[in-house]
Amino acid sequence: MPRPAEPKAPPMAGSDHHDDHDHDDEHGLSGMALKVKSLESLLIDKGYVDPAALDRLVETYEKNIGPRNGASVVARAWRDHAFRAWLLADATAAIASMGFAGRQGEHMVALENTETVHNMVVCTLCSCYPWPVLGLPPVWYKSAAYRSRAVIDPRGVLAEFGVTLPDLTTIRLWDSTAEIRYLVIPLRPQNTDHLSEDRLAALVTRDSMIGTGLALPPDKVP
Amino acid sequence: MNNVHDMGGMTGFGPVSPEMDEPVFHERWESRVLALGLAMGATDQWNIDAARHARETLSPAQYLSWSYYQVRLAGLISQLLAKGLIDAAELHAGKALHPPSPITPLKPADVASVLARGTPYARKSSDAARFRLGERVRARNIHVAGHTRLPRYVRGRAGEIVRIHGTFVYPDSNAHGRGEDPHWLYTVAFTAAELWGKADNALVNLDLWEPYLETP
Repeated sequence: MPRPAEPKAPPMAGSDHHDDHDHDDEHGLSGMALKVKSLESLLIDKGYVDPAALDRLVETYEKNIGPRNGASVVARAWRDHAFRAWLLADATAAIASMGFAGRQGEHMVALENTETVHNMVVCTLCSCYPWPVLGLPPVWYKSAAYRSRAVIDPRGVLAEFGVTLPDLTTIRLWDSTAEIRYLVIPLRPQNTDHLSEDRLAALVTRDSMIGTGLALPPDKVP
Repeated sequence: MNNVHDMGGMTGFGPVSPEMDEPVFHERWESRVLALGLAMGATDQWNIDAARHARETLSPAQYLSWSYYQVRLAGLISQLLAKGLIDAAELHAGKALHPPSPITPLKPADVASVLARGTPYARKSSDAARFRLGERVRARNIHVAGHTRLPRYVRGRAGEIVRIHGTFVYPDSNAHGRGEDPHWLYTVAFTAAELWGKADNALVNLDLWEPYLETP
């Protein structure tokens, strides 16, 4: 769908993370960094938070919980028909069997793409996202641009990700308005019958599990 | 509340700009905001619906001009102030000026188990489900003053029940201290034609609680 030329979008929720740099203090800390440091000091002083727990939380989402979790779920579903059936029937239990569970993934549903149906996930009201399988959401997923337009112009949004689907393909948007979290199982690329689960997982991108991308063909992955 | 957080269907925000090889956090302070919110959330001083409502009540200009983590920080501070856990003078000073409320902080050794347990929102209810799979329903044309998870773009529109999830904590009550008030939760599929008046080959599915729905 053609859209008029637009000026650079103004900063908006989740779309601009560099707007605090004009207030650096003599230590090089930005206004935001100082504000957060001050709040953290206060909450530690009050005894409400333990700084070592904060470190552990950050480390968890920087190192342990991310889209490689979801990719291993998808790869197993591609190779193992019984697991695929379980995943579609009870995603929370099937995913938990691989060790991924908990916060922002308490109630999981898996959505399988087919030749005729393409699934795509959004949260128009905030930024709900399946943390145990995909980690924390990228900035674009939280941006006003994605949250607003995915539901009204999914093909236009997909084009911005370089994805074009046939007109005959039905696009199913899933607006995460409750505590159900959605994981898209992308179409398995062709010529991958011989690949191991690990090799298959390498084809599964984060965006393909949100529905704004497709799984990679094997010749695109070293 | 009808505010700018409810942005489904707006078209003026420009193109989506995915970032290649995006880091988990762009600045260290963002990671601290996330951790502070999670650590305070683990102390059960408020629930997820109240936390969302705190962010939704920011002014539209702030909500749209601030980054995600700035919005989260503002929501956290407003919750801390509203619960009387800190006051404005302490916030300004960056240190405690009054005795704390009795709160047990999240311990490092408990982080993994607390995250793995999460907070399940399914609840038992003796109420029978009012709607069946495949049934046509209409999202009610209601405009509640407080928190709701019924977006404006489906209000008054008709769709079909495609999934029945069970009974879940009801955000409209839970956000405002009126208890968990569980209700049946359904996925309702709306056609693009119904929502946007165009024959795009697309369906939009939303998870909607029974009080949001009526027989068309």
